[in-house]
Formats: sequence, structure tokens, C-alpha cells
Amino acid sequence: MKAFDVIVVGGGHAGVEAAAAAARVGAETALVTHRFATIGEMSCNPAIGGLGKGHLVREIDALDGLMGRAADAAGIQFRLLNRSKGPAVRGPRAQADRKLYRNTMQALVSTQRNLRVIEGAVSRLLVENGQASGVKCDDGNYYRAGAVVITAGTFLNGLIHIGNETTPAGRHGEPPARGLSDQLRNAGLKTGRLKTGTPARLDGRTINWDELEPQYGDDMPSFFSLFTGATTAPQVPCFITNTTAVTHRIIADNIHLSAMYSGQIQGVGPRYCPSIEDKIWRFADRTSHQIFLEPEGVDDHTVYPNGISTSLPATVQEAFIRSIPGLRDVAILRPGYAIEYDYFDPVGLRASLEVKAIPGIFLAGQINGTTGYEEAAAQGLVAGLNAARRAGRKEAVTFDRGEGYLGVMIDDLVTKGVSEPYRMFTSRAEYRLSFRANNADERLTPKGVELGLVGTARRELYETRQATIETARSLAAALRITSAKGAKAGLRINQDGQTRSALDLIGMPGVGFERTAELWPELKDLPGFAREVLEADALYSGYTGRQVAEVAILRREECCVLPEGLDYLTIPSLSAELRQKLHRVKPGTLAQAGRIDGMTPAALAAILSFVKRPEARKSA
Amino acid sequence: MTGRDTIFALSSGHGRAGIAVVRISGEVAENVGRKLTGVLPPARSARLANIKNPATGETIDQGLVLWFQAPATATGEDVVELHLHGSPAIVSEVLRVLGGLAGVRAAEAGEFSRRAFANGKLDLVEVEGLSDLLSARTEAQRKQAVFQLMGGASSVYGSWRTRMIRALALVEAAVDFSEEEDVAGAALAQSRPVVQALIADMELALAQSRSGEVIRDGVRVVLAGIPNTGKSSLLNALAKREAAIVSSIPGTTRDVIEVSFDLRGIPVTLCDTAGLRAAPADEVEQIGIARSLRSVADADVVIWVGAPDVAGSMAVQEGVSADLVVANKSDLGAGEVAESAQKVSTFDVASVSSLLATVQGLVESRYGRGEQALIVRARQRSAVVNSIRHLNDSLGHSLGRIELVAEDLRAAANAMGRLTGAIGVEDLLGSIFSEFCIGK
Repeated sequence: MKAFDVIVVGGGHAGVEAAAAAARVGAETALVTHRFATIGEMSCNPAIGGLGKGHLVREIDALDGLMGRAADAAGIQFRLLNRSKGPAVRGPRAQADRKLYRNTMQALVSTQRNLRVIEGAVSRLLVENGQASGVKCDDGNYYRAGAVVITAGTFLNGLIHIGNETTPAGRHGEPPARGLSDQLRNAGLKTGRLKTGTPARLDGRTINWDELEPQYGDDMPSFFSLFTGATTAPQVPCFITNTTAVTHRIIADNIHLSAMYSGQIQGVGPRYCPSIEDKIWRFADRTSHQIFLEPEGVDDHTVYPNGISTSLPATVQEAFIRSIPGLRDVAILRPGYAIEYDYFDPVGLRASLEVKAIPGIFLAGQINGTTGYEEAAAQGLVAGLNAARRAGRKEAVTFDRGEGYLGVMIDDLVTKGVSEPYRMFTSRAEYRLSFRANNADERLTPKGVELGLVGTARRELYETRQATIETARSLAAALRITSAKGAKAGLRINQDGQTRSALDLIGMPGVGFERTAELWPELKDLPGFAREVLEADALYSGYTGRQVAEVAILRREECCVLPEGLDYLTIPSLSAELRQKLHRVKPGTLAQAGRIDGMTPAALAAILSFVKRPEARKSA
Repeated sequence: MTGRDTIFALSSGHGRAGIAVVRISGEVAENVGRKLTGVLPPARSARLANIKNPATGETIDQGLVLWFQAPATATGEDVVELHLHGSPAIVSEVLRVLGGLAGVRAAEAGEFSRRAFANGKLDLVEVEGLSDLLSARTEAQRKQAVFQLMGGASSVYGSWRTRMIRALALVEAAVDFSEEEDVAGAALAQSRPVVQALIADMELALAQSRSGEVIRDGVRVVLAGIPNTGKSSLLNALAKREAAIVSSIPGTTRDVIEVSFDLRGIPVTLCDTAGLRAAPADEVEQIGIARSLRSVADADVVIWVGAPDVAGSMAVQEGVSADLVVANKSDLGAGEVAESAQKVSTFDVASVSSLLATVQGLVESRYGRGEQALIVRARQRSAVVNSIRHLNDSLGHSLGRIELVAEDLRAAANAMGRLTGAIGVEDLLGSIFSEFCIGK
């Protein structure tokens, strides 16, 4: 029997990051997936990034993960969202060529040291003495491992709905995984059922493009990876069209045939990604909805119509799609569908993503109730890192809410659990102003270096950039001007006799970087990234102090560890509802307990005094 | 761990009374009730019982026993109430017997309320309302405390909270869903009027809040004037007219005398001060005058007292801002008294009543009757003041700095969270998704 340190089950976005992360920190790793050829498949929309999501990709990149590099190599249209808003809420996004993305990802996996890909279907987890010890495959092969990461995506009891037809499946044309689901459920993990959907795919050769408005990418692309200097794939536009009154009538007339409305689907769908029938039903006053026609690749004529995911019967899909401008004669390559799948409530996980009930098993990605490639990849990285540390008998490593979106997401999952597919939004991060896409490396790379997760090339790049940034910061603090001299130079500033630094001036609404650099030409020589850092530092200076203080309080409370076996049902002065919530989540720290919905300061005090009561100390 | 014990206390007043109520709350309350009274009545009903010392079997008293089952009780725990005859001897014996039982102890001050709070029976504002209700001395205080206890204040805070969530949701939608045609741009513009209206309402509540604090803490009315205008006699006359004198305590200094009484429901502290003189005779008098001036500065209402027989006494001294000028000793004639001054004589009962009515009118016109006051504590005030400050900050950013608008609104919501409960991201997302068609 072959033995590894870490086995990763599943070759999607979570699986590849998990396998690569485990391998990077030195674990002998096997990635078990149905077929090598589907590694890195984008099963839904052909795009990476966006608000919150783009931040996550930058964080993955800062820890030397794969997603940013693959997305840059496959990018065929780059746009920085919220460009007109402040740096903290700008998010990079790219349309990706599906084939290029897959190829790049497969190449990165193939060339990763310590990582081997095994084609196969895992049918059982092996558990010895209550701990994970390996997996068994359909073909009868056993593989031993110190830790196992399961990234089964929508493959757990997947059920596809098109109208009233249902097909058990993981992704279109691929079989679902049943055995793992049962095994994890038997171990006591709470399961739920979620739903997501995808639109029909269109044949671009049958679309009348001349009728449609193009949307081009940015002239100066914002890449995901610090390693990327220029685009490598040809750049193409997306096109915009919209639903019409006829579209709405066809859908309304047939809505009873939709799997979502016929009562056939039990799973909970995301409110932020509704099907077209949902939009028309819930927002009946809207006469039109926008649709983005996104190319799936430069030499692929498949087009992804973003905005019309549906579970209507194929004939109805064809009818309503053809009522849309530009799509009158369109050929549908395959119909849209809704898919239901099992997930495991992530309150059953530690912040390392290890299953509390079975040490050595880690879960990442859609199986935890999240949606999106980026969310999956980020979890994969954390799960893979910790699986390797577990196999090497090292302490778990976690990311807290003060470090970035990665920490926010995982804390949300393990503290609050999931009731609808979880997607990242910037509004989930209470320290959002500190978590810019362009400072992900500053926030996370040093930690990655310390953990051995970051390679030499990344470390050197980081150190060079950081040296430049530090120089720029000292320069901007040292260059000073009196208010009188500033006025003479034509700046609109208060005549208060104060001297101001270049950084102060950069942050003033009426001045900004360009005008400041006219006073001190040496600022003009700074590279773009250093200039961006100065602008953000100046803009947020009034707020970051408060956030730093809040993070310090957070960290102090994170240090108050609650005992693992604490029986919350016996804490007398808590309401029954809070007792149940605490019992479900079993928070690791007092700070985590404080983030449970409905928690009050009085209840926290009660928990704390219960933990510190004399009997508890004696038994501990 | 104190929370695990079963606690008891005399819940009615001390001393001789018709009946005395002893309340027992906690896990073993039911058991304790049985030990003392034999069979408990069905939950939420009363039974006449002999109340016995379980150790000796001796009957201490005959009274009513009531039994309430958790969680639908005042504290959220099992509760037994014993309604005894109000004799100090009976009460002390019952308390002594209870104290001897295992797992049972006397409650600490406020512990019943603390448990009610911890079990989600009362929110913080309601707890404070309850504590004020229990210590209410006047009718207006009682009404205000009831308003707070019954959740009247919490429901107004709750409506502010809802509006703050909406404002925040509009801004967050513009940040996180800027790509959605449904949201694009409009959301931020829609949030401004929501924030402005919220600020206006909160500032109004704050402006009215002085009346809430006054009802809670009492109105300070100060009598000031130069020496020998009869301020002390007037103070005595005014205080005596009121049947409901609460206490008469000498001031902390020999020079300022305070009398507290209930002026038609509003608690009033009336202060007499040492006479003010431009040229004090000695150091002691100088100190007295300094104290008087401080007392005048802290007053809610200042009454300048002059008299026709004291030359120059009617002119309000510089630095004193008088709300009312009174000509005392009106039985001595008009002297240099102006028409506008209110005339009063301590020998003329009607004139004293009339002065009291004037003072009452002044107090009510300025502080209202306060029954509905929202903000009656410093804790509440500081939360509202901070929240308003952040709301105002949020209006000061340009369109391109929307993340700072959101940050200020978030800080405003956090400040209010201490009164209304925290506003979580789920509240925001719920509001966003119900309002906008998100999902391109």
C-alpha cells in the first residue's frame, strides 16, 4: 500500500490549492481526482475575482498559491472593479479562457515538487483509533496518509434539475460521490442541502454581435499575481444585452415548470445569485434585466450568458433566450440547470478546517457551504497547509479576522455556520480599510515565509517591494512644507503656520499625489505600487489607528481559550437559545463566542465565570 | 459560580406591613417550596399553606405560596413566592430557615434583575428602567421608569436601529454590488436623506433628554440674593406648603441648605444660599459666597430674592442669571420693587402657593413632564452623542470615498449597538437583498 503525508480528494479549485500548499511546506502529497484532464475546471462562469473575491485571490497569491498566476495567464479581459472608489474596496476581476486556465493549473500541479496526481474515485475514508489514516478507492486501491483533505465540491449527492427532469450528477456529465457523504454524516457532522444554478451555454457563432454593446477591459490591467508583468492571452471584450417584455412574459407563463417553483428543490439558493425566474418573480416591477455575454475562451465559441441562470425546461429556455436582443437565432449548446448538493455545516470544523469529530480530516470549498472558486481556493490553501502540519505533528496555524479576508471567511464559517451558499463580500470584513488587494503581500507574505509556504522567488520579490515601500514612506514623512510656502506654491491649505508632510498633502482632498509630486519631483520617480501605498496610507490615516486598536483587542480576546469539553448546556445563567447556539458552535475562544449571533456581554461574562469557577479549575 | 445557586430575598419593603413577599429563584426553588409548604400549587397559581421549618416541622406562619415554572418567569428561572404576614419576626425566621438549606443563599443586591437580564428577560435599558422604578420617589419618575421598563425606549432605539441598517445597507450595496445595474450610484444618494433624518430625530431626543435626566435626578432650584432678604424663611415657607417633604438635609457646607420635595410629580431640590455681597466682611464669608456662586452655576432654576427693606437688593447681581425675580417681605410695602417682580410674603399663604405655581410652571415648561424621555442615563446619552458624531462624519465625504462613509456609519451603528444590540452583517445583507435585484 502506498503511503503519503497528505491525500487531497478532489481536483477543483480547493483541491489544487490544498495539494499545492501541502506540497510547498514539504509534505509528500497525493491529489486523487476522477480525471487529470478536469483539474482546474471552471464549472460555472468563466471569470475570477471581483469585490472581496479579488482580494481573496491576492491573499492566496501572497501565500504563494496558484490561483492568481493561473488567472493572469488565462485572463482575456481584466477590469478593476470600483476603480472610482477608494483603494480598500477596489477588486481585480478577469474573464478567463477556460482551457488556458485549466492548462495552466495542470502545468502548475504537474511541476509542483512533492505532489503526485492519482486518477481515481475515493469511496471510503479510512479511520483508525478515531483518526484519519487514508482512503480507499473504487478500484480497490488503498492509500495511507497522515491527513486527508476532502474537497468534494457539489459532488456530494448532487442532483441536477432541468424543468421536471432530475439527474444525479456532480457536474454536467460527471457522476456524484455518495459514500463519503454518508461516512461523514455517520461521524456526526450536520448536513444541509444547498442549491445553485448555471445558465445555458450559447454558440457564439450564432449571436448577432453587431446589435450589442461591447464592454472592454481596462487599458492598464490589474493582475492577480505580483509575478505577472503583462497579459499573455489575447484581450477580448464582453458584450451587454438585456431581457425584454417578451422574455419576462415567456418566463412568467412557464414559471410553474421551473424546478425552483414546482417544489421539487429543497436546497437553499443564494440571494445574491438568483435565477432569472426568481428575479422576475421577486422584482416584478423591473421591466428588464442586464445580461453579460462572456466568452469562455479565445478559440472557444462557447458563450456564458451571465445573469440568466435557470432551471426551466430546455424548450422554455430556448424560447426566452431567443427573445433577447442579439440572440434571436442563437443555438444553445447545453441548457442551464439547478443543482442541489449536500454540504456539511462548517461549525463542525476548527479554524484550521479540521473536522472536530475526526482528527486528521480537513474539509475545504463548496462542501463547507461556500460558493465561488476564490472562496474554495482560499480554504483549500488553509486546509492543505494544516493537513501537512498535522501529518508532521505540528501545531495548527489559523488566520484571524485582523489578517485579511481569508481569516474573516473561515471565522464566519466555523462560528456562524452556513444557511445559504456563502460568498465573500467586502462588507463582511470589519477591518476592511486595512485589507486592500494591494497590501495582501504586506499582510500575509511574512507569515507565509515563516511557515515555509512561500518560495524563494516570492520572498525576494516581497523583500524588494517592501524595501521600496519603506523608502517611499520615510520620504513622504520627511519631506515637509510650511503652510505659507505651500500657499505660495499654489496649494489650497489652511494658513495655520503648521508644517505638513508630503504624506499629509497626498491625503488632502484638494491636493493629492500629482500636485504633491510637483513640489518634490523625487516622488515622481516612485514605482506605481509604492505610490498606491502612499495614497492609501494618507487616505485612511484617520481610520487605521482605530482599526489597529480594535484588532489588538480582538487578539487579546482570542487568547482567552475556552476548554474543548465545555458543556454549554449546563451553564445556568444563559438563555436556552444561546446555550443551543454555543453547543452547536463550541467556540474555541471567548472572542469567537462573542461573534455568535445574539451573544450579549452578560452572557459572555456568564461563560467566563463558569469557566473560571473553582470546580472547573479543579477538574482541568 | 454564583449563577448556579438558588437565591432568595424579601421582595417587599422591610418593617411592619400587611404582607411580606419572599421570593426564591433558581434550580432548586421548586424543591425548597415543597420543603417549606408541603405540596406546591399548579404552576402560575396560588395555594394557602402552612409554612414550616423543615428541620423541626414547626409552623412559622400561614400564607400564600405561588409557583412559577421556568422559563416564563420574572428571572427566567423557577420561582417560588411566599406571601407571609408582614411581621419582622416571621420574615426573619423564614429567611433564617431558607439560609440554612443546601444550595440556597440570600440574593445579592440586584441579583434577581441580573438573572433576568442574563436570561434574556430584560434588556439593559429595561433593567435600568426597573431599577429606576424601584427607587422612584415621585409620580413622574415612576411613569418614566415604566416607559423604559416596558420597552418603550427600547422600541424607539429599535426603530433608529432599523433606519441605521437601511442607511448602511444602501451604502454597502453601492460598495459590494456596484456592478449591478439595479444598484449603480443611486444607493449612496438614497442613504443621505435617511442619515440626515436620523440625525435630526436623535438630536431632538437628545435635546429633550435633559428632562429625562431631571426627572431621574431632580431639578435644582436655587434661591440667591444679597444678605437679609429673607431667603431662609422663604425656603421654609415654600417647603412647608408641600405636604410631601421627602427629606430635609443640611448642605454639605454650613452655607447651602437643601430641601427636597415633590412638586406635583417632579422631584425638586430647593437650595438656600449664603447672601452675596460685593465686599465680603471676612474670609469665611468670602468662602461662603464662592460656594453660593457655584451653587447658582449648577442650578437648573435660579430665583433672585430681593426685599423692599434692603437697599439695592432687587438688582440681580452681575454673573447671576436669574430665571425669576421675587420681591420677598411684600408685607413691608413696595419700596423700590419693580412691577415685574413676583411679590411674596411668608405671612401670606396665598402668595407662597402662587410662587410655588410659578416655579412649577417654569420647571415644566423647561423640562416637560418627561414621561416619554428616551435618554435618561449618562450611558444612553454618551452612546447617542457618539453615534450622532459618526453619522455627521459620514456626511462629509466625497462620492469617491464611499468606503469612508460606510466606515463612519459602521462606527455609528457600533455606538448605538450598546443600546440596541449589535448590527451584524446578516442584517445588512438581508436589507440589501430585499431591496435590490442582485445577481447579474
